[in-house]
Amino acid sequence: MSTGVYMQMLLLRQAYYIFQEVGRSLIRNSLLNFAAVGTTAISLFVLGVGVLLVINTNEIAKTIESDIEIMVYMRHNLAEEDALTLEPLIDNISGVQETTFISRDEALKSLVKQFGDEVEESVGEENPLPDTIKVKISDPREVNKIAAEIEDLPGVESVRYGGQDFVKKLFSLTNWVRIIGLLLITLLGLCGIFLIATTTRLTIFARRREINIMKYVGATDWFVRWPFLLEGIILGFFGALLAVGVLYFSYGALIAKIQETISFLPLVNSSAVLFRIFEGLLAIGIVMGAVGSTFSVRRYLRV
Amino acid sequence: MISFFNVSKVYPNGVKALQGVSLQIEKGEFVFIVGPSGAGKSTLIKLIFREELPTKGQIYINGRSILRMKRRDVPYLRRQIGMVFQDFRLLPDRTVYENVAFAMQVVGAKRSEIKKRVPEVLKMVGLEKRMDDYPLQLSGGEQQRTAIARALVNNPSTIIADEPTGNLDINTSWEIMECFQEINDKGTTIIIATHAKEIVDSMRQRVIALERGKIVRDEHRGVYANATT
Repeated sequence: MSTGVYMQMLLLRQAYYIFQEVGRSLIRNSLLNFAAVGTTAISLFVLGVGVLLVINTNEIAKTIESDIEIMVYMRHNLAEEDALTLEPLIDNISGVQETTFISRDEALKSLVKQFGDEVEESVGEENPLPDTIKVKISDPREVNKIAAEIEDLPGVESVRYGGQDFVKKLFSLTNWVRIIGLLLITLLGLCGIFLIATTTRLTIFARRREINIMKYVGATDWFVRWPFLLEGIILGFFGALLAVGVLYFSYGALIAKIQETISFLPLVNSSAVLFRIFEGLLAIGIVMGAVGSTFSVRRYLRV
Repeated sequence: MISFFNVSKVYPNGVKALQGVSLQIEKGEFVFIVGPSGAGKSTLIKLIFREELPTKGQIYINGRSILRMKRRDVPYLRRQIGMVFQDFRLLPDRTVYENVAFAMQVVGAKRSEIKKRVPEVLKMVGLEKRMDDYPLQLSGGEQQRTAIARALVNNPSTIIADEPTGNLDINTSWEIMECFQEINDKGTTIIIATHAKEIVDSMRQRVIALERGKIVRDEHRGVYANATT
C-alpha cells in the first residue's frame, strides 16, 4: 500500500473517532453552545445589517449622482446661433458626458405644458427665458470644477447645479454607519470568539482525562486538537447560519414594505449580491469558530 | 534499549531531581527503580517518556536521541512505550474493552485489527471475562490489569510502570507483578518504579536505587535495600 493511500485510510478511521467526540461534546455543553452560537449569530447579523445598509446607501447615492446635471443659462441678448456655438466648446471640457441645447422657445413651451396657458399670458410677447444648455457629467465629484469652467465661457450668464449636497450628506451618513457598525461588529465578534473559546475550554476540561491518556498512548497533536477545532468551527458555522436565516427573511420583508411605500428608492435586492454577502458571513462565522477554539486549544492543551 | 549519559535535571523552581545519572537498560530487561520519595524516580520516567527534557546529558531510546527529536516525532516515540500508573487512569464511562481499544483508535489502527487484538491482550492479563464491565465494577487489581492491557495493546518495546501497586493490597500486588513477569517473558522490557520492598526482594531482578537524584546502587538480581543502609 502506498503511503498516500495508507494516510487516507488512517485519516478516515480517525475521522470517525473525531466526529463521535464532537457530537458528544456538542450535546454535553448544550447551554454554553447555545450562548456561543447566539452571540456569533448576533454579531454576524449586525455585520450583515451594516453591509446591507452600506451597499444600499451607496446604491441610492449612485443613482442620485448620475442625475446630477449642470444647467447653463446664456445671456439674454445672445443670439441663438451664437448660443449654439457654445455647445461644442462645453462638449470639449474634460468630464463632460453629454450636452443638450434647449432654446428659449422650447423652454417656454415645456413651461407652458407644465403650468398651463396662464404662464403664456403672463409672459406676454417677450420670452424672458434664456437659451439653456443642459450638461451631464461623468463624475459628480467634479461638478464644481466643470461648472466654474463653463461659467468662464463668453456668453454664459450663470450656471446652476444641485444634488451634490444631498449626496455628500448621504456619504457622510454611510461613513458613520460604517464606523459604528465596525465598532459594534468588532465588539460582538470578540464576544463570539470569546464564548467559543470558553466552550472549547470547557470541553477540554471535561475531557482532560482522555486527553491525558491520549498523550500517553502516543496520539499526535493534531489528533488531539481536531475535535476541539471542529467543535469551534461547527459552532461558528451554526451561528452564521442563524444570522443568515434571520437576515434573509427580515431583509426580504423590509424590502417588500419599502417598495410598497417608496417605490422609486433603488434598493439592492439581487439574489446574487445577497448570496455573496451570506457566503461571506458563513465564512466569517467559520473563521471565528476556528480562531476561538484554536485560542483555547493552544492555551489549555499542551500536548 | 534505553541509555542515559550523565543526565541531570533541574526544574525551573530549582529542584535538582537528577544529577549526573548514567544507565543502560537492554531490550528485554526487567528493572526495578527504587528509592525514597523525591529521589528522582518519577523524573527518570518522565525523561524516558520525553515528558520532560534533561537539563544536561544525553538520552537515547531505541537508538534515537530524545534531545534531537522533533516535537512531531514524540508521539511515535511514545507508541513504543506503554505507561502504567498508580491511579490506573481508566476512562470511567467506557468498558474494559473500550478502554483498551481506545489506545488503538488513537494511533489509527484498523477496526478489524482492534477487534482481533483487544481480546487477545485482555486474555493475556486474564480479563477476557470482564470485557464488557466498566472500571468501577472491577477490583483494583482488575483495573490495573486493564491499564496494563492498554499499555500493551500497541505492542510497545517497553512498559514503564510508576508505582503500579501503590493502591493495591499485597496479594493483588503479587498478581500484578506476575502479570508484568509474563509480559517480560515474551520479550518486552519492563521498568517499574516502586516502594514494594518485599516484592522487589523476592523477585531478584535488576534494581536501580536512586537517592537525592543520584544512582547509589545498580545490581542485577538485586534487592530493595542493602543490609548496610
